[in-house]
Amino acid sequence: MPEERLRRLTFIEAIREGLDLALAKDSSVIVIGEGVPDPKAIFGSTADLQGKYGANRVFDMPLSENGLTGVCIGAAISGMRPVMIHQRIDFAMLAMDQIVNNAAKWHYMFDGKARVPIVIRMIVGRGWGQGPQHSQSLQAMFASVPGLKVVMPATASDAKGLLISAIEDDNPVIFIEHRWLHNISDHVTEGVYRTPIGQARTLHEGRDATIAAFSYMSLEALVACRLLKEKMSIAVHLLDMRTARPMDTVAVLNSVERTGRLLVADTGNKTGGLAGELISQVVERMFGFLKRAPVRIASPDHPVPTSPFMAAEYYPGPREIAEDVIDLVGAARDTSGYRELCSALQRRNRHDVPSSDFSGPF
Amino acid sequence: MNHEAQRLLTSMLRIRRVEEAIAERYVEQEIRCPTHLCIGQEAIAVGVCNALVQSDKVFSNHRAHGHYLAKGGDLAAMIAELYGRATGCCGGRGGSMHLIDIEAGFMGATPIVGGTIPIAVGSAWASKLQNRKEVTVVFFGDGCFEEGVVHESINFSALHKLPIVFVCENNDFSVYTPLKLRQPERPIYLIAAAHGLQAAIGDGNDVLKVHELARRAIAAARAGEGPQFLELKTYRWREHCGPNFDDELNYRSPKDIEAGFADCPIKRYTEVLARKGVETGSFIERLEQQIRAEIDEAFTFSDESINPLPCEASIKIYA
Repeated sequence: MPEERLRRLTFIEAIREGLDLALAKDSSVIVIGEGVPDPKAIFGSTADLQGKYGANRVFDMPLSENGLTGVCIGAAISGMRPVMIHQRIDFAMLAMDQIVNNAAKWHYMFDGKARVPIVIRMIVGRGWGQGPQHSQSLQAMFASVPGLKVVMPATASDAKGLLISAIEDDNPVIFIEHRWLHNISDHVTEGVYRTPIGQARTLHEGRDATIAAFSYMSLEALVACRLLKEKMSIAVHLLDMRTARPMDTVAVLNSVERTGRLLVADTGNKTGGLAGELISQVVERMFGFLKRAPVRIASPDHPVPTSPFMAAEYYPGPREIAEDVIDLVGAARDTSGYRELCSALQRRNRHDVPSSDFSGPF
Repeated sequence: MNHEAQRLLTSMLRIRRVEEAIAERYVEQEIRCPTHLCIGQEAIAVGVCNALVQSDKVFSNHRAHGHYLAKGGDLAAMIAELYGRATGCCGGRGGSMHLIDIEAGFMGATPIVGGTIPIAVGSAWASKLQNRKEVTVVFFGDGCFEEGVVHESINFSALHKLPIVFVCENNDFSVYTPLKLRQPERPIYLIAAAHGLQAAIGDGNDVLKVHELARRAIAAARAGEGPQFLELKTYRWREHCGPNFDDELNYRSPKDIEAGFADCPIKRYTEVLARKGVETGSFIERLEQQIRAEIDEAFTFSDESINPLPCEASIKIYA
């Protein structure tokens, strides 16, 4: 099909369409969150859903994150399929008791006699002074808990497909969205389709090195991969991991078998993060295939400050990724290609808003 | 003795004897899990659960044996669960603090204080959303009322007028810490009333009073009048966790202990019946034999059950 005839939706429009289709398809699906039916409708992702499905399917919520998580778990074990929404993942820390002690354990501790089909959308903030409590990337915390599944789509198409898979899944699924992905568009197929949970997807082909990236870092890595190819003829195999638990380690192993070089990029803090976990799994199983020590790209081990001046160098991006890949493959820097790459990677807009260089589709 | 009196007496005595049998066997150190006995508190479980029907839902906490049995939970599956057998109600994954019997409407007990309160509210919410006439009951202690999640849950239940009854078993202690060191001097049930619930307080060791309060609350919840709250005063006879008496620790005065034991809900109910001229002696005699036989059978079932294997510990993580 010619590209212009493919439909483009932003990530947020794709989420809204996924919710809409899930609500239409299954009357046990309900949606609840602080501000769900309000004029801003969770960045537009729940717009008009209450009007369409009624106040008994789509709910606003008291500011009781822990209590309402438990309420949704109770509804889930009683036949409903709640989708709960937090405008920031930081707010979900209030609900860790119910998520970790109940949602993740209920099926196991009662010998499989009950199921907890609940989806919890959590949005990771960044930039414009979001600061220490509105821009954490806490996926590793959730991904460390057996009983939870954790998905982190990077594209609009996967956002919709993974959301539908998550809602249809009989387990608790943590659905993590990076705020800087919300306005990026992609080709999104109409109607119901499913993106499998636990399956990575190739975003860029190559045999020189492997990048495994999570969420927004998949986009940052894609920018780096395209420029590395164009300017320096370095071909990187980029895997958008899409799921943090269960992780598609096999896809990474298959790639590393060919490339022998691995970089993992995550939005979370470095220590105890997904990047370290994935690299451990690869090293344990394929140590002999590695030509260089694997590399972690992650946020520094301190909170992000609010001041735009102090936060200016907090987030690694395409430049850091490209530099690490150049080291991994041992390419020379005294070339015109390298200079062109550096020039292309210079930031042209301010650091605390998304780059205008990339708008999709994938 | 009428049918209701028989039911109340049978249910209370059965729970008492089961708990005593567990205490007796606990010293053998083969029940290898934390176990919280409800001896002395039976009237609340029995008075409330006897006002429910099978399709109604009950959630409970770490001290759950009485609630489970009163709601009709399978005794042998509970004993086997305490022993960690594959035939236990959680297949050995839970132990005493995690009980479930979905068929009986006992939907789950867990030991994080306050943990099941919102779950129960969610159960009531689902009943309302699905237009089912069930009522959900959740049992918890006075200590639990200090958890923030309880107030979050009560608030939501009132907002949506959910068919739920909150039953607060006030035994005045959280482990060894008395209520007066944990809460200001004001009645618990009036806080619930301030959240907009229909709330009442009563003597939790008077099974008829409990039953009457529960009947009214459950009927109101079922009729769509919104959430109900009962604060019922009672007394824990034994240690917080384990089979023993712990009076030597002196966290309760000898006077209080004596009064607490004298306030036995079973003794009180037989005295009520005696005052009405109802002869209970021969009934209780037969009942004791029946219960003894049932308990022996349950322990034998557990003793003869197979044990789960370590390799099974890593399955059933996901549905």
